[in-house]
Amino acid sequence: MDFTFNEDQLMFHDSVQSFLTNEVTPEHIREQWTTRSGRSQPLWNQLAELGLTAVTVPENFGGLGMNEPDFLLIAEECGYAALPEPLVETVMVVVPLIASLGDEAHHFKEQWLPLIASGEARVAIQHSTNPLVADAHIADLLLLEESGSLYAVPTNEVELTENESVDPSRKLFSVQWRATAENCIATGEQAEQLWADALNRGALAVAAQQQGIARRVIDISVDYTFERKQFGKPVGSFQAVKHHMANVAVKIEFAKPVLYRAAYAVAHQLPDAARQVSHAKLVTSEAALLAAKNGIQVHGAMGYTWEVDLQIFMKRA
Amino acid sequence: MDLNYTASQKAFREEVRSWLTENVPKEPLKSFDTEEGFRQHRAWEAKLNQGRWGMVTWPEELGGRGCNLIEWLIFEEEYYRSGAPLRVNQNGIFLLGPTLMEFGTEEQKARFLPMMATGEEVWAQGWSEPDAGSDMAAIRSKAERVGDHYVINGQKTWSTRAVWADWVFGIFRTDPESSRHKGLTFILVPLDAEGVSVRPIEQLDGLPGFAEIFFDDVKVPVENVLGGEGMGWHVAMSTAGFERGLMLRSPARFQETARRLLELYQENREQADLDPAIGEAVTRAYMDAEAYTLSTYMTASRLMQGDKIGPESSTNKIFWSELDQTMHETALSILGARAELWSHAPDAGAVGSWLDGFLFSQAGPIYAGTNEIQRNIIAERMLGMPRA
Ligand SMILES: Cc1cc2nc3c(=O)[nH]c(=O)nc-3n(C[C@H](O)[C@H](O)[C@H](O)COP(=O)(O)OP(=O)(O)OC[C@H]3O[C@@H](n4cnc5c(N)ncnc54)[C@H](O)[C@@H]3O)c2cc1C
Repeated sequence: MDFTFNEDQLMFHDSVQSFLTNEVTPEHIREQWTTRSGRSQPLWNQLAELGLTAVTVPENFGGLGMNEPDFLLIAEECGYAALPEPLVETVMVVVPLIASLGDEAHHFKEQWLPLIASGEARVAIQHSTNPLVADAHIADLLLLEESGSLYAVPTNEVELTENESVDPSRKLFSVQWRATAENCIATGEQAEQLWADALNRGALAVAAQQQGIARRVIDISVDYTFERKQFGKPVGSFQAVKHHMANVAVKIEFAKPVLYRAAYAVAHQLPDAARQVSHAKLVTSEAALLAAKNGIQVHGAMGYTWEVDLQIFMKRA
Repeated sequence: MDLNYTASQKAFREEVRSWLTENVPKEPLKSFDTEEGFRQHRAWEAKLNQGRWGMVTWPEELGGRGCNLIEWLIFEEEYYRSGAPLRVNQNGIFLLGPTLMEFGTEEQKARFLPMMATGEEVWAQGWSEPDAGSDMAAIRSKAERVGDHYVINGQKTWSTRAVWADWVFGIFRTDPESSRHKGLTFILVPLDAEGVSVRPIEQLDGLPGFAEIFFDDVKVPVENVLGGEGMGWHVAMSTAGFERGLMLRSPARFQETARRLLELYQENREQADLDPAIGEAVTRAYMDAEAYTLSTYMTASRLMQGDKIGPESSTNKIFWSELDQTMHETALSILGARAELWSHAPDAGAVGSWLDGFLFSQAGPIYAGTNEIQRNIIAERMLGMPRA
């Protein structure tokens, strides 16, 4: 039993972490809110250059052929940075789903996987648990579900309606489209399995990001408790304020091994993976929600404003 | 002890209900944190007042009905149940109104109360300052007496609805040598006076729900002092007592939320029952809303027997604010993926308002004195534990 990450994984993590710290600042995120698409092509290109869009693409399709634990720490950092671009979804859900298609879809894989790996194409995905599709507006291709079957539809053949989310970085669309025999890529049991895996991986992707968000909220809030003085002391010196942060730290610590185990189970296709992912999703979401609540609370009224960066992370939680 | 409603209380309830049924706007009003919504709410206050339902606890000569606290609670229950709009002038009618009646001169009452009742003058509260939040006694904004005027300089912050309000009440330092709770005076200031500027602050929902107010040599006549120079802290504490103790959050609001939560649960049982904790949370919300109601009726009975509100009022603030948070969290869990949509999103349907409520519930443990401060008060003043 070994819960640690190897040197390669840690080095990859460090380089991505410093990239995100420099590029995906709260100012960058706020700037994207004001643009029409809410997405930055230059940033996506940079992520691709770092090899991030290729992580889970199999080597024979131009990727790095890595697995979930390899990407886990990075997914956490994407949460920490509140990266608006759909990187985690692409790496953890879209690519594995396409890669798991059977040999009869070889041509389809050959067409799309190298383009995704190089960052030239983006693919958005729907799941029946949420009919709205995130990032449909910037995708070249949509993976959609109807009556359990899996369809791949070019975005220029659909009609999109935007639905505004509480998180201005989330771009959600309802999609009007038609299922046809030509755009169907899997049916029956095969499709069922693909969708179940996609849900599982989606939940794992969210869990990893939630863990990062919870950590970020603590960092921002602890900094604030040094700056803000009341009754002649930094508010962080009041026990009530300390305890709010400590309670979040406890949640984060106990979510960590559960999250790692879930990533391992998915990567190794263990029979109990779905349950372990559910466990991870629940405990990381709890940590992130408590972090958001307590973070607002220790900021006082400041925490209830649009002006503080805290809200960016709180809305993701 | 007799826990039944009297015949006249029942008749009163009927009367309230039938007026509201006929008069409550069919379409919900826009948020009062928007200019148009604010106008709509003002018009609604005026209509309520025409029906003499604006301030039921006020004396009849001021357009009220002289209701006692139990009748007020009955009114509130009917009010929320009818889906009537939130009160845009709650700072005026629930906080400043009672304070004026206790400390105001006859002239002040005659000048301010009727305008408040008709919604022609909406009030903002000005306690907090950039360096004086939880530590309210640290305020620095000054009012200097010059002849028959005060000249005000300084800044207030987080003033709810100050963006469109007409007046602000608050405390100012009138004795420049003083510190902490001494040398403060409670003053009423028109927001259109020369030297006042208001900067809107966007809240979590992006709307300017509160504001900073800057005072630059603002002149107000001495008649605008409430309760006498140097008495500011005493008057303010009495206002804050109304806020925490009883009037600010009548239980009806939470009963109504609990009822809507139950409805939401029933409409979405298939989804909700996947998580057994949700059913429990709905039951819990119902029980807690009821407990809060009973506790308020109990406090009201005590006050009607001549008792006063004490430090136990801090337990109230903690109870309703945390209840409000858990009810909204439960609603969002039931809604699942739909929970993140703003109410105006095309696919949000009728459920989007839960998100607004959820965001606002996050402010409950902060305003009117944070829950950390309330817990300190309970521990020190109610339980007699040592001070840090
Ligand atoms: C929606 C909303 C509406 C408001 N409306 C108004 C209004 O109309 N008028 C007005 O004047 N004000 C208003 N306020 C301001 C409100 O009263 C203050 O936010 C509140 O008093 C806390 O002050 P602060 O924000 O400066 O937080 P701070 O005092 O900076 O507190 C930061 C954190 O430290 C904690 N803390 C501070 N001191 C202690 C202590 N001694 N022991 C333990 N913990 C401590 C606090 O509990 C909090 O968690 C509003 C606030 C909100 C959120």
